[in-house]
Amino acid sequence: MSTKGTNNKVGSVMVVGAGVAGIQASLDMANAGYYVHLVDSSSSVGGLMAQLDKTFPTNDCAMCVISPFLVEVGRHLNINIIPNSELESLEGEAGAFTAKLKNNPRYIDSVKCTACGQCRQVCPVTAVNEFDCRLDLRKATFIKFPQAVPLSYTIDKNVCIGCGMCEKACLAGAISYSDQARFSEIKVGAVVLAMGNELFDPSLFDTYAYSRHPNVVTSLEFERILSASGPYKGHLMRPYDREVPQKIAWLQCIGSRDINHADHSYCSSVCCMYSIKQSMIAKEHAETPLDAAIFYMDMRTHGKEFERYRERAEKGSGVRFIRSRVHTVEPLDDGGLKLKYIPESGEVLEEVFDMVVLAAGFATSKDTKALAQRLGINLNAHSYAQTSDLTPVSTSREGVFVCGTFQSPKDIPQSVMEASAAAAGATQNLSEQRWSLTLTKELPAEKNFSEEEPKIGVFVCNCGINIGGVADVPAVREYAKTLPNVIHAEDNLFTCSQDTQENIKKIILEKGINRVVVASCSPRTHEPLFQETIREIGLNPYLFEMANIRDQNTWVHMKTPQRATDKAKDLVRMAVAKAALLESLPQVTLDVTQAVLVVGGGVAGLEAALGVARQGFVAFLVERSNELGGMALGLNATWQGEPVLPYVMQLIEDAKKNERIKIFLETEVGHVTGTIGNFTTTLKSANNPLDTKVINHGAAILATGGKEYKPHEYFYGKNPKILTHFDLDAAVRNNDKALKDSKIAVFIQCVGSRTEERAYCSRVCCIHSIKSALILKKLNPEMQIFIIYRDIRTYGLREDLYKEARQQGIRFIRYNKDNPPVIDSDNGQELKLTVKDHILQRPIEMNPDLVVLAAAILPNENKTLFEHFKVPANSDGFLVEAHAKLRPVDFASEGLFLAGIAHYPKSIDESIAQAKAAVSRAMRIVSKNTIAVDSVIASVNPDRCAACLTCVRTCPYNVPRVGEEGYAIIEPSDCHGCGCCVSECPGKAITLKHFTDDQINAKTDALFYIEASC
Amino acid sequence: MNHDFEPQIIAFCCKYCAYAAADLAGSMRLNYPSNIKIIQVPCTGRVDIIHLLRAIEDGADGVYVAGCMEGDCHFVCGNIKTRKKVEYVKKTLSELGIEPERVEMFNLSSAMGPRFAEIANQMGERIRNLGPSPLNIKQAA
Repeated sequence: MSTKGTNNKVGSVMVVGAGVAGIQASLDMANAGYYVHLVDSSSSVGGLMAQLDKTFPTNDCAMCVISPFLVEVGRHLNINIIPNSELESLEGEAGAFTAKLKNNPRYIDSVKCTACGQCRQVCPVTAVNEFDCRLDLRKATFIKFPQAVPLSYTIDKNVCIGCGMCEKACLAGAISYSDQARFSEIKVGAVVLAMGNELFDPSLFDTYAYSRHPNVVTSLEFERILSASGPYKGHLMRPYDREVPQKIAWLQCIGSRDINHADHSYCSSVCCMYSIKQSMIAKEHAETPLDAAIFYMDMRTHGKEFERYRERAEKGSGVRFIRSRVHTVEPLDDGGLKLKYIPESGEVLEEVFDMVVLAAGFATSKDTKALAQRLGINLNAHSYAQTSDLTPVSTSREGVFVCGTFQSPKDIPQSVMEASAAAAGATQNLSEQRWSLTLTKELPAEKNFSEEEPKIGVFVCNCGINIGGVADVPAVREYAKTLPNVIHAEDNLFTCSQDTQENIKKIILEKGINRVVVASCSPRTHEPLFQETIREIGLNPYLFEMANIRDQNTWVHMKTPQRATDKAKDLVRMAVAKAALLESLPQVTLDVTQAVLVVGGGVAGLEAALGVARQGFVAFLVERSNELGGMALGLNATWQGEPVLPYVMQLIEDAKKNERIKIFLETEVGHVTGTIGNFTTTLKSANNPLDTKVINHGAAILATGGKEYKPHEYFYGKNPKILTHFDLDAAVRNNDKALKDSKIAVFIQCVGSRTEERAYCSRVCCIHSIKSALILKKLNPEMQIFIIYRDIRTYGLREDLYKEARQQGIRFIRYNKDNPPVIDSDNGQELKLTVKDHILQRPIEMNPDLVVLAAAILPNENKTLFEHFKVPANSDGFLVEAHAKLRPVDFASEGLFLAGIAHYPKSIDESIAQAKAAVSRAMRIVSKNTIAVDSVIASVNPDRCAACLTCVRTCPYNVPRVGEEGYAIIEPSDCHGCGCCVSECPGKAITLKHFTDDQINAKTDALFYIEASC
Repeated sequence: MNHDFEPQIIAFCCKYCAYAAADLAGSMRLNYPSNIKIIQVPCTGRVDIIHLLRAIEDGADGVYVAGCMEGDCHFVCGNIKTRKKVEYVKKTLSELGIEPERVEMFNLSSAMGPRFAEIANQMGERIRNLGPSPLNIKQAA
C-alpha cells in the first residue's frame, strides 16, 4: 500500500519517550522486523510507571509488572536506547526522515560503567532525589532507580562541585567531566511520539497549602511514600514529623476540571482510580486502622473492573467517599490539616486530617509543547496532540504517530493499546523494508552437561521488601547452601534487575554452575527472562527451575513470617531436587502460516483485517451476519463529532477491494486446532452447518463486538416517546419531526449499568447522552433538556462536552442508585417523570415529550466461539486479556488477540486503536516464517511401547499414531505438551520432557526429606 | 482432635488456571495455610496416579489436584481425565483403609484467586479434622 512508490524507505523507526507506551511500541516494532531507536530525555527508560507503587485494579506491584519489560527492552538486539537525548528536528518525509538529536552529556560513560556504585559512595555532594519526588536525598553521582535501564550512573552537573573524588574512585575509568553535548543524525522511516506527560504543579493552589505544608503531598509523592523502594521504605508516614497518619484525605480534580486555578478544563481520567487504589493500599500498610476519605465531584470508574474496585474500597475497606469540593485546607500547629467543605446537604463542615493527598492531574510540559512545535505537530486546545477519532494515533504530520498521555489523559492499558496501534501505524508503509535493518544474535553453542554431576546455583530474591520484608531471606540463602548439589547460593535485592542478570551470568561461568534455581516471584511472569539469561552463556534454558516464594508464599503469609521462612525453605528444597534431574531440551522451530483470522466484521474487525492486509499478509474476515459494519452502522458521530457512516462504508469498501482480505459473511467458526503460528480453523455457513471450509492461519483476532441492552425498565418498548441511544441516533438520522417538536427531553443514565445484575459502567453512555443532548438543543434551542445521572463520566478531553452542555443550559440532576427516577405512563401517552433533585433535596416532576435511556452496552453472546478458541470471559461476558495492565490486547493463550467491545464497552476511537494494536501484536508472530515453540513435549521410548493405543485414545488432539514401526509415534511439532498420554500410558513408555515422573516425584520426596531414589 | 496437628498437603496445580489463581490469591493477599505446597504441572492431565500415591506414601496427609473449570481445560479435557484418576486413587485408598477424603479434585479458573484460597483453607480444615495420615501414625509408632 505504498503511497509514494519510492524505494528509499528506511526500515528503522524512532520512538520518542521511553515510558511504558514507548517501550511497548518499541518492542512491538523490533519484534516485527524493524530496527528501533528509543530516545528519552532521562537517564533511564521506565517513565512515570517506574515511580508508581501499585497499579489498579489488580493492585499488582508496578515495578514487578514493568521490570521484565525494562529488561527486555534493555537487552533487545534491535532496540537502540538513546538516553539523555532530545529530538531537535525532523526533516524529510514519511518513509525517509532524518532525525537530528541532541545527546546531552552524562559525564559517566555508560559503556564502561559497571554500576558498582563506588562513585556514589565517595561523592560528598547531597542533592534532592527527583525520582522520590524530593522526599529523599541522593548524591551528585546517581542512578535514577535500582532497576534502571541502561544500568549506569550519571553526574548531576547542576550540583557537582568537581572535586574529582569519583574520578579517582572509578576503577572502570568511566568518569568524564569534560563530556559535552553532542549532535547526531539518524535516518528513520517513521516516528512514534510517546513523551507522556507531567503532573500538574499544585503550588498554584494556595488554598490547599501545598507549598506551605509538608503534610500536603501530591499523589505521585504519595506513591513514593507507599513504595517499598521509596523514601520511607514503604512505611506509611507523613513528611512533617514522620508520624504515622491516622486520617488521610484525598482531594480530587487538582489541576483537572478546573479553569479557575489550572486552566485545565479536561478530566485527567486516572485520578479517581489511583486515589481509590492509594486509599486501599494505605489502609493495608497502616498498622492501626486508617481513616481514608476521598473528596470528589464525580467518581469516574469507567474502566474494566473499576466499578467493582470502587465497591470493594467502600464496602470492603471502608474508604469514605464524600461528594464535595474542599474549598480550604488550613494547617494546624500539630501538623494536622483542617479541611473546610460544603457537602451536597449545603451545610459548612470542618474535619481535621493528619495528611492530605492532592490528586494531581496531567499537564503537557513546556518541553513537549516545544518539541511539537519543532516537529510541526498540531496540538489541540488542551495542548495534547491533535488526533481524529477515526485515526486516533496519527498526528497532523504524515509518518509521525502518537500514543499514551501525549495524545490525551489516559491510564496504562489504554496507553499500551495505543502504543501497539502506533507501532502498527508507523510500520504500515514500511513493510517492504521489514527485516532490512534488523540484526540477528549469535548465541553461544549450548554446553553439554550430560556427563557432569549437577552443580546447582540458587538465587534468592528479596523483591525489595516483598519477600525479604516477610521471610528471612539470608536464612533461606544459607539453607540453600546445605542442599544436595548446590555449589552456590546468594540473595539479591531484585533478582530480575539487569545488573543481577549480568551477575548471574558471571557467577555461572565462574563457578561452573550447570543448573540454576531462582527463588522469587512466579514462573508465570519471570521464567522466560531467566531462561534467556542463562541461554546467553550457553546453558540450555530448561536447566532452570523456579521456587515461587512471593506470590505463593510471602504475599500469602505476611502475618506469619516464620511460617513464610519455613515454607520458602521447603519450596527451595523442592526446586533444587527437581533441578538436579533437569535435562537440556532441544529448541523446536515451526513454520508459521503468515495469515491472520479476524472474527467479527464490525469496526474493530474491519480495521484489524485491513491492518493485517496493509502489513502485507492475508486476513480472513469472518462475520456471522450478512453484512459488515456491526454496531457502528447505528451510530451517527464520534464524540468529537466526526461522521461514522461514511467512515464505515469506506472501511467496508476498502476491505472488499483488498485482495489480501478474504471475507466470509454468514459464517461461523466451527472448530479450532493448533497453536501459535499454526492454527487450523473450520468455518461453517451460518445457514448450513454442513457447508464448511478449512483455513490455516498463524494468529487470530477476536473482535466479536457487543450490543445495546434492551431495557426492561421505564416502559421501554411500550411508549414511543421512550428511546435508547441507538433509537435516538436513528431518529436523528431520519429527521424525525417528533424530536424537534419536543419541549422537554430527559436522558436517564445508567439504565442496566452499575446495577446488582450488571456491576460495570458502560463507559460510553454519559458521553453519548451529552453529545445527543447538544444535538437536540441545536434542533430546538427552546427545548428543556435534563440529564438524570449518577456520576458524569466524561473522562479525558470529553469533559469539553460536559462543559458545553452546561453552558448551553442543559440541566443535570443527580440520583442515587437506591432512589432512581420514576416514570408514570398510566394513560399510555403522557409521561410523568419524578426524580428527587439533589440540590433542592425534594422530588420534582416533569412531563417529558422524549425520554432517552442510556442503556448498557453488553458483549455479544459467543459462548461456543470462545470455547472453540478456549479463551476466557469474565462474569459480565467480556473477554479476559492476558494482563489487565500491560497485555490488554493479548489472550493468555499465545497467538490469540482481542479488540473492541468484546473486551469492554468503548468508544469508536478506542476500538480502532485496539484493533490496530491487535494487528501489531499479531505481526510479532506472522511477520516471521518460523517460530520457536515450546520444547516441553511427549516422547515415546519404542522399547517399552506395546502399541496398546491408549495414547491414541487419550490425546485430546489426536496426535499419537501407531504405524508400521510397531510403536507409537508422536510428532514433536504437533504435540501440545499437556502430558495426558504420559500419565495414562500403562507401560510408562512415554515421558513429558521437563515434567518427567522422576522430576515430579523428586519434588514430593524432597518435601518429606526423602533422598531421590531415582 | 489434636489441635497442634499441622497437616502436610500437596496441591498439583495446572499452569493455566489453578497455578495462576494461586498467584492471584497472593496478589490479593489472601491467606491460606502455609503447609500447602504447590507443584506446577502443565495440565492436570499430566498428574499420574503414581504422583498422588507417592505423595501419600512419602507422608502427605492430603493431596489435591486443581485444574481448569470442566469444559475450559486449556488442553481440552486433561482435567476430566484426571478427575477419573483421582476417583480411582480414592477407591484404592479406601481399600487400604486410608480415608479417601484425603485426595480431592478441584476446578477453578485463573481469575478465581479467592476460590483458590477457599479451596486451600477448606482442604486444610478437612485434613486437620481427619488427623494425620494413617501412614504417618504408623511411622511415628
